[in-house]
Amino acid sequence: MSMVMIGLEIHAQITALNSKLFCSCRGNYRDLRPNSNICEICCGLPGSLPIINQKAIEYSTMMSIALGCKVPDKIMFYRKNYFYPDLPKNFQITQYNVYGISSIGIEGKYELDEVKQIRISRIQLEEDPGRIAYSEGGMNVRNTALIDYNRAGVALIEIVTEPDFTGPKEVRHFLNKLSLTLEHLDVCDTLLEGSVRCDVNVSMNGGNKVEIKNINSFKEVEKAINYEITRQSNVYGRNLKIEHETRHWDDKKKITFKARSKEEEHDYRYFPEPDIPVIVLGSNFVANLKQRMPELPNERFERFRLKYQLSDHTSNILINDKKLADFFESTLKLHFSPVEIANILVTEFKSLIEDDTEGRDYLKNLKVKPEHIAELVKLIEGNKISRTTAKDILVKIFESGELPTEVVNSSNSFKITDEKTIMDAVHSVFDNEKSAVEDAKKNREAINFLLGKVMKFTNGRADAKIAMRLINSKLNE
Amino acid sequence: MTRLDELLAYEVVEGLTEGQFTAEDYVTTILKRIEKVEPKVHSFITLDTDGALSSAKIIDKKLKEKEAIGQLAGVIVGIKDNISTQGIRTTCASKILENYVPTYDATVIKSLKESGAILLGKLNLDEFGMGSTTEYSRYQPTRNPWNLDCVPGGSSGGSGAAVAAGECTIALGSDTGGSIRCPSSFCSVIGLKPTYGRVSRYGLISYANSLEQIGPICRSVRDLVIMLNIISGKDTFDNTSMPSNPISIPKRLNKLNVGIIKELITGSDQEVTKSVYFASEKFKEIGCPCEEVSIKNLHYALPSYYTLASAEASSNLARYDNLRYGFDYSIGEYKWDTYFSNVRENFGEEVKRRILIGSYVLSSGYYGKYYLKARRLRSLLRLELLELFKKYDLLIGPTMPILPFKFGEKIDDPIKMYLVDINTVIANLAGIPAISLPIGFSNGLPIGLQLMAAPFGEQKLIDASYELEKIINIPRRPNSI
Ligand SMILES: [Zn+2]
Repeated sequence: MSMVMIGLEIHAQITALNSKLFCSCRGNYRDLRPNSNICEICCGLPGSLPIINQKAIEYSTMMSIALGCKVPDKIMFYRKNYFYPDLPKNFQITQYNVYGISSIGIEGKYELDEVKQIRISRIQLEEDPGRIAYSEGGMNVRNTALIDYNRAGVALIEIVTEPDFTGPKEVRHFLNKLSLTLEHLDVCDTLLEGSVRCDVNVSMNGGNKVEIKNINSFKEVEKAINYEITRQSNVYGRNLKIEHETRHWDDKKKITFKARSKEEEHDYRYFPEPDIPVIVLGSNFVANLKQRMPELPNERFERFRLKYQLSDHTSNILINDKKLADFFESTLKLHFSPVEIANILVTEFKSLIEDDTEGRDYLKNLKVKPEHIAELVKLIEGNKISRTTAKDILVKIFESGELPTEVVNSSNSFKITDEKTIMDAVHSVFDNEKSAVEDAKKNREAINFLLGKVMKFTNGRADAKIAMRLINSKLNE
Repeated sequence: MTRLDELLAYEVVEGLTEGQFTAEDYVTTILKRIEKVEPKVHSFITLDTDGALSSAKIIDKKLKEKEAIGQLAGVIVGIKDNISTQGIRTTCASKILENYVPTYDATVIKSLKESGAILLGKLNLDEFGMGSTTEYSRYQPTRNPWNLDCVPGGSSGGSGAAVAAGECTIALGSDTGGSIRCPSSFCSVIGLKPTYGRVSRYGLISYANSLEQIGPICRSVRDLVIMLNIISGKDTFDNTSMPSNPISIPKRLNKLNVGIIKELITGSDQEVTKSVYFASEKFKEIGCPCEEVSIKNLHYALPSYYTLASAEASSNLARYDNLRYGFDYSIGEYKWDTYFSNVRENFGEEVKRRILIGSYVLSSGYYGKYYLKARRLRSLLRLELLELFKKYDLLIGPTMPILPFKFGEKIDDPIKMYLVDINTVIANLAGIPAISLPIGFSNGLPIGLQLMAAPFGEQKLIDASYELEKIINIPRRPNSI
């Protein structure tokens, strides 16, 4: 087995910001008419100057803390100079860690799990460029490209890791945890198109590093790495050398391809941005921020386990879906029954969602709200309905949005606790399932089969405890 | 009575308030003056006659209705054409911005408008402020009103000449390495480069951001104080701006310790040197002792300045690619690989030279050798000056080491041209305020005295200048035009 070393360079937009990094244009540029979300600053008009967004510094600091980075007392910005039509000033204001005063996060260590640690080289704050729209078929078909600067100047957090990953699975694990962290800190809505991007570098057997750019979603990263490992293995298999090069990811063909060689030869001529003086964060900045910072995913996990007595498994499912976890806690505020509520949410509730939705902000449009679940659980706990009925009700209210009591009242699905009615059902089952009854007499395990039949006979409404007692006594007759 | 077109700014405001004349009268008079002298001087790139007349009418209406008017009401201000004016073409005297009309006003322009100033037009400069003569303007060079065969200095040559020639009451210039003070000296007017951060740079089209400031060019110290107070202050749109105390006209002069910078005396023309010694006599007359001082790190100033200024310029000017604004240019074909260099051919020679130098000193492998070293020398110089200001209130010397020279004399040799900036770049590198004050003439050519003070020490500059202005009688209006 050959040795693989993978490093990541992740760009995440701070989608939580109302404004761009250096001006007051909207941070949410999506779905706007092209070039309608621009001003003299983000368009780089002559004489305009950047004004730093303080909130962006806070968000990037939170990410630095979450990824185990040191946050220095002073930070500064640099200019990265290169010509590109989507870059209004033909330089990008970013951070740089070579000459002393550094970026917002440095020397990070992130615990991927009990054994694996990923080193974070740096976290920096920078501006997003605009976007170039090519006509259908690209430049080969029509010799035009259009530029939309609505995105230009949107705040980005760049996270650069050391090449500490040894395979695509670790990378996936890391990116999952990173997404959760971004979501929990309310920094970035990773589901928004283009809100997270990833560059990857892969080297094998201590050979040259190959950089893969343009991976526009976390989902594609694993595929790109797999492709690249196979490609490099084949090259080594033929006793050839891997060149140090930049490749691009084609997410339609699912392959990496070699970039034009010019792109590698950039000299960005970094130098300190004269228009933004050194920013002194001060010694209390990080401490204060830690106090006000939202809970991190692992902290929440611990709380769910300890405070709510949830199992690791249940806690995990909730934490891995921040919106579901939030839904869970909203329901708790209405009715404090953590285990029962969590169980419904991670099983029936979740499977219903997964049946008819694909990810995106699904809870927002859902007809079922925390009120519904709280009421449903109250009905179960008040012994008003059986668990089986509860499942049916859940399916109904998912569609109709009715409250559980309304469904129960209208469909007459209250639990049957009347012993005579249940006894009738037991008799009927014993008459029809003679061999099962014989089995049950010898083997207690088979009682559950009879119970199932009784429940079915009563459309799931029979009180299971009473039914069980009656079955037992009848078996002992 | 003084002729209308010779009035100082505060006299204009007084005259209007007292009803001696209307703002429209005044604007009309100045326009006549421009009509007469502009063909000889060429101060303006763009004149906004209609705008000026309608502003004047608004002020007259206010006066008639006894409404409050601003501190600069009716005063005609010329603006260096690298300061953004909403709706008025702002070219930086470059072909590359020939058709650029800003969508916003620079902060200083907003302040001037609020104070009732009438903006008459945009004044000539060396392209993007790079030069000391206006010969690098893409338009005609401006001529020195005191001797039309001589350069007016630069880069704010249009501002210096317009104020000297009476084409506007006061003007705004910008100073990256002497661009306000050099033309002030050559045109015998008063020009101040404020402390870095006193005046907002928002809207000033950057040449070298870490060095430059906008500042006033006037014919009297009193005017300069009014103007400076209006444009000073912390601006939320400029991270490098800072709050400052307003400057006042001194009631009486406290004793100031003056250091005469030895190196600047020895490096100057004899006539210039004589004037500085004359000034030191005058300082003694007003009770301020003078002695010679030495700046050890002075020889680092020019190399450090040109390295840093060019580095910043190379990046600042990268945005001029004519994709979003600029000039009429039919390139025929937009080829990815050649587009930028084709368009950027249209910069002038001096601008291209500095972009090349700047890109070179920032490129990998040379950053440490040039850029970083230049920054270190800059802080060294600044520290030395701050140390000197513990002992001296003012450091003085000639603003320019030479008298105004003839057109074409230095344009063929960039190094010769750079050398004339030696006295002025010190203040930009150190971020300190510096003023150029007319001190005399030699063969009809003006000589300026430069006074420098510690950061935010503008009050001391004004205190001394005000007293010197009173006792040194300098003719204000050139006869040659
Ligand atoms: Zn904007």
